[in-house]
Formats: sequence, C-alpha cells, structure tokens
Amino acid sequence: MFCSPAILGLLAFTLYPALASLYYSFCNYPMLKPPVWVGTANYRTLFHDPVFYKSLSNTAYYAVFATPLGMIVAFLLALLLNQKVKGLAVFRTMFFVPSIVPMVAGSVLWLWLLNPQYGLINTLLRSVGFPEPGWMADPAWAKPALIVMSAWGIGGWMLVYLAGLQDVPRDLYEAAEIDGANLLQRARHITIPFMSPHLFFTLVMGFIGAAQYFTQAYVMTNGMGGPVDSTKFFSLYLFQNAFQYWKMGYACAMAWILFIVILLFTLLLFKTSARYVYYGGER
Amino acid sequence: MSKSDGSDMSDKSDVSAANNKGAVTAPRLRRALAYIVLITGGLLMLVPFLWMLSRSVELPSEVASPGLGLIPKHFRLANYADALKLMKYPQLYLYNTLKVTALTVVGGLFSSSLVAFAFARLRAPGRDLLFILVISTIMLPAQVTMIPMFMIFRGLGWYDTLLPLIVPAFFGSAFSIFLIRQFFLTIPKDLEEAARIDGCSTFRIYWQIFLPLSKPVLATVAFFSFTAHWNDFMTPLIYLNSIEKRTLALALATFQDVWGVDIVSLMAASTLVLLPVLLMFFIGQRYIVQGNVMSGSKG
Repeated sequence: MFCSPAILGLLAFTLYPALASLYYSFCNYPMLKPPVWVGTANYRTLFHDPVFYKSLSNTAYYAVFATPLGMIVAFLLALLLNQKVKGLAVFRTMFFVPSIVPMVAGSVLWLWLLNPQYGLINTLLRSVGFPEPGWMADPAWAKPALIVMSAWGIGGWMLVYLAGLQDVPRDLYEAAEIDGANLLQRARHITIPFMSPHLFFTLVMGFIGAAQYFTQAYVMTNGMGGPVDSTKFFSLYLFQNAFQYWKMGYACAMAWILFIVILLFTLLLFKTSARYVYYGGER
Repeated sequence: MSKSDGSDMSDKSDVSAANNKGAVTAPRLRRALAYIVLITGGLLMLVPFLWMLSRSVELPSEVASPGLGLIPKHFRLANYADALKLMKYPQLYLYNTLKVTALTVVGGLFSSSLVAFAFARLRAPGRDLLFILVISTIMLPAQVTMIPMFMIFRGLGWYDTLLPLIVPAFFGSAFSIFLIRQFFLTIPKDLEEAARIDGCSTFRIYWQIFLPLSKPVLATVAFFSFTAHWNDFMTPLIYLNSIEKRTLALALATFQDVWGVDIVSLMAASTLVLLPVLLMFFIGQRYIVQGNVMSGSKG
C-alpha cells in the first residue's frame, strides 16, 4: 500500500512510455494522425541519414573530450584542496558555485564570454596577441567552445573526489615515503587505485550525461545546432525530429538507439571495471 | 587541515587527525605552488560572474569599448528595470517558476520519502525486486519516455499548462527514493519496535520518527529538487507555448534571440535568474555539498 505511489509512477511515467516509444519507433507517427506500423523503416532511414551520423559523431566528440577533461581538472583541484590548505571552505565554494548555475543562464553568459568581438575570452587573447577563434560562430571551434565551457561546471565531481581522498589511508603514504617512492609513484600506486571507484563513477555519469547533452547546445544555437550542424548533438537532433518536424516515430527510433548505446557502453565499462577499479576490502 | 574547516565532510576527524600529525609536512615550495594554482583557478571560476555583473550595469554604448570589461565604467541600475520591461511578464515567470518548484519539491519529498520508508522497512513480497526496478529507471534516458509522455499529457488536455511540469514529481523520483532509503536504513530498528509496542501506527512511525530524524537527507533532496526544477529547460520547452505561461529559464532562453546583441539587458536578466539559486546555495550550502558527496561516493 505504501509502495503504491512508486508502482503507479513507475507504470504511468516509465514502463508504459518506454514500451509505447518502442512501439512508435516501428511506426510512422506524424503526431496529428494515429501511428501506422511500418516495420523497421525508421531504423533503415536512420542508417542512411547523414545528419544522424553527424549528430552521433558530434556527441562522441563531446563525450570523448569533455568527460576526461572534467575528470582531470576536478581531480587536480581535489588533490590540491586535500593538501591541508587554509580556507578550504572558501576554495570549495569558489569551485563549486559554477556547477549550480542554471544551465540556461550559464549558456547565455558563456555565449557572450565567447563572443568573437566583445567577449571576455577573445579580448583576453587579443591583448596577448594570440589568434582569436570564432568559437560558436565557427564550425571548427563550436564544439571546443562547449567543451571549455563544460570544465566550468565540474565542481560536483571535485567534491566527490575530495570526499574520496579523505578515505585514502595516510599510513600508506608514509610507508611509501620511507621506501623512497616519489610523488608521482605515490600518486600512481596509492592515490589513483584508492580513488578508482570515484573516478569510475564519474566516468560513467559523465558519459551518460554527455550522451544526452542538450540544453547548452540548444540555448547557444537557438535550437539550430549550427554552425553547419557542428553542434547538432544526438539529443538535439532527436528533439528537432520530434518537436520541429513532428516525426515522432523517427524520434522514438533515435531514442531507442540512444538507450541501447548508453546501455551497451555502461555494461562495457562495468565489465572491464574489474581490471582497473579497486574496491578496498569488501566495500 | 581540511577537517577543521570542512566539518561536514566526514566524521572520522579524530582518527585521521592523529594520522595527520605523524605525516611529513609537504615542502614549502609545493604548498606555495598549490596556493597559487588554487587562487588562480578560483578566480578563473569567478571571472564569468564578475563579467556578467559588470556588463549588467554598464552603459549599452560602452560594451563594445576596449578592455576586459571586468570593471564597469558606469553603474546604471536602470538596466535591470529595462531588462524586466523587455521580459514582458517577469512577475508571471517568477510566479510560474515558484509554483512549479514549490509544488514539485513538497510533493516529491513527501512521496519519495514515503516510498523510501516502504522500501527500507516494510516487508512485502517482491519488495527488493521492485526496488531494483525503480532504481534501474535512473538508467533510462529521458528521451525514451519523452514522446509518449507528451502524447499522454496532450491527450489529457494539459499541453500549455504547468501540470506536466508538476504532476510527475508527485509520484516520487527514483533518485530521491534511493538517497532517502539509504538514510532510513541507518535508523536503528529498536526505535521503531519501541514505538510499535507503545501502539504507534506505521504511518505515525514514518511521520513522527523517521521524518524528523532524516532532516539532513530531506534537506539535501529538497535542494537538489529545487535546483533541478528551477533550472529545468527541456520540459518547459516541450510543454509550454503561450508567452505568459513560461518559466524563468524558458523566458531567458527564448528572449536571447529577440534581444539580439543587447548584452546589457541580457546580463541583467541572467543575473536576476541566477540570484535565487545562489541565495539558496548559500543558505543550504552544507546540505548541498553533503548531498553531492553522498550521491557520488555511495552511488
């Protein structure tokens, strides 16, 4: 009886829609007319749709660069903060606050920071004589711009790492130091193995988040994914198909491909994780 | 030492404090370097905010002038009034956003904690299987359920109302259920048994024992849910059509193309949208930080 809200919610908001979208993915469904079964036509069209491949590669590009970049920056910051620094709370707040900024406000702000003419970043580059990329106006620089922006919001991961570092046994460091291990060796053989569950967690979450990357790209390109489709990410193209072209069946097919990719990749990460993730004792 | 400032991070301070004293202190140079990197990095994180604030009070004619623009040449608060005027219905957007966030936070907290209580304490056949099923829905990307949900809400005549933004929260969220359940599991069984012997009903055990004991985790979930709904963009974008029904995030996003290059108003408006979230953060900093760590390390 107590479970009823969960069961109801699960049925109404997850199981039914999930099954329905699987069914629609095999239908021609132009929204205003009822769905008509067309077999695998949507999937076959998708595999011949160049924009589909473009959106897939855009998303892969973003995931491959933004996730490790965020992890590295967050990990370095956490290591520094773990050096018994004074004013830890102040630093922690400074690094964490950007990550709670509403995505829309953050995107609007960054769109202007990255503005080729008036933006802070190019003004800075100009003053030291570096070349000025066109950022969101240039197809070659639009994705790097979004990746740079993503590093601004890594505060959450930093906190996760910082908490994890508290659990690394101190005496191991002392023993290693007595044995003459240098900083790099200590990092490689003590810190990273002990932190691997946390690193693994953020890797999985980062990947799942990157696969669904949407809001920033939508806001910064007015929902177009431009210039020349350079920021047309998978979720953005899915959204366009559904709510701009009203190709609901096609969009559902995309959603299921997304789900399968996420599922397979997550399973792959978990399967291989035994090799590089160390869970101290039976934790 | 980190423990003394960050008392909220961990409760094993006495153990590692003893360990720390024995630790070899890092060389001075390395510490100085750490401070330099931290201060530079911290300032870099704050510079975008500073730039936004500075632009929001600048004269519109001055934004193209040379210089980094971190310090405004003028201080024109009227920009904020202009921005509000350009937004057309700022008070409606605020009202819509407040309505959605308040209802979703309260509704979500109540139903998620109730379900978490059931999963943590009540015995029922298939309970754990059901729990796994609920948790596994976290894995399902929103894009999969998005279109059928849209059809359902449209069929109910809820398109262009705030209901599709509010109602789903009342059925609990898998993530909140998970966090609260983990906390409930740590509450001693004896407490519950004692209450039951005294004739306490199950609902009263939940309401008068579990909820008051779980304030930290409830606050964490509440803040998470507050920021998630305050910032949500995709759901309002899908369901809201009329100008006056929009939420703040949606209004800000849709106005940016209307305003074109009016940086000044845009930055003033962004500041206004951001302010409540920052305020909430500073009020609830402890819980947000804790929640972030909880969701990350125990996930």
